[in-house]
Amino acid sequence: MKFSVMVNEGPYTHQASDSAYQFIQAALSAGHKIFRVFFYHDGVNNGTRLTTPPQDDRNIVNRWSELASEYDLDLVVCVAAAQRRGIVDPDEAKRNSKDGDNIAPGFRISGLGQLIEAGIESDRLLVFGD
Amino acid sequence: MLHTVNKSPFESSSLRTCLSLAKNGSDVLLIEDGVYGALTGSAHAPLVTEALGDVRVYALEPDLKARGLSGDRLIPGIEAVGYDGFVELACANDKIQNWL
Amino acid sequence: MYINRHAPCGTVYAVEGLEVVLIGAAFEQDVCMAFVGDGVFQLKQDQDTADTGMKNFSPAYRALGDYEVNRLYVERESLQERGLTEGDLMPLTWEDEDDDWAEKPSIHIVDRAQLADLIEEQDILLNF
Repeated sequence: MKFSVMVNEGPYTHQASDSAYQFIQAALSAGHKIFRVFFYHDGVNNGTRLTTPPQDDRNIVNRWSELASEYDLDLVVCVAAAQRRGIVDPDEAKRNSKDGDNIAPGFRISGLGQLIEAGIESDRLLVFGD
Repeated sequence: MLHTVNKSPFESSSLRTCLSLAKNGSDVLLIEDGVYGALTGSAHAPLVTEALGDVRVYALEPDLKARGLSGDRLIPGIEAVGYDGFVELACANDKIQNWL
Repeated sequence: MYINRHAPCGTVYAVEGLEVVLIGAAFEQDVCMAFVGDGVFQLKQDQDTADTGMKNFSPAYRALGDYEVNRLYVERESLQERGLTEGDLMPLTWEDEDDDWAEKPSIHIVDRAQLADLIEEQDILLNF
């Protein structure tokens, strides 16, 4: 089965990002494929590399980056939502004259078309949010 | 169809809305704070118990455990499943509606 | 189908949901919207955000017809519970090119049972 997952809330404030991560891990363990993970609304905040959570708790951002690396996942942060919330990659920083970027490894910024494509190309699309 | 509900029925109308719109034969999985909808003896238990005649209701075990809720506190007829069960439910149903 | 359950203004979900709908329509997908619970408030006429300092997004709903998003299902029970009638909603329309460009209403009031049937028919459901 080919799954895509949409994550609509940022790290820590809601359980959405955790639930999505656990679901994806279980799906991968069962031999399924993940077509794309699309981060929208405050979900784009899962894509900043500048978080410093307490050492004795899970590091949500790093966890996503590591999972992406291990399984070659496509983690996409919506550009419109990212611009509103200040999640920036080097290209966006240059384009919008920002003095820095903060995108975490394994994430890329792209448009809402990637979400629609995920819905079309996947067997199942799940949404985790508030 | 697989319906998931992630909100406590004490906080939000999501569970009520889900149960009013889910067709007979659907699977309903309670996740995150939605697992509070599985509690026996609660003010919302009658709503869920009645729905059990028409839909299958599951509660996500890791979320139950995380909240200190054990199997004997579940409304009879609700089955606890792990994330592997969540994946299986997602595969078994052609369509998914995630009530937030 | 995009299911809208949030009121406008209090959260961003209505606005960012609408952005997804418009992008999806550009992909030539068969798109419809449902408004349930507080989501019915998104279609309320006379929204004026001037004194809140926030942008008024309600005019954007009028563009839906141009993008061929012309099935906006509004749950009757949700309207009634909130003391609203169809007359309180924006008069959204679309032009049917197969009917000599006749202007037709985009909003369809459906009861809960009809909405349940509509939901069951969909391939993909997104919630805002």
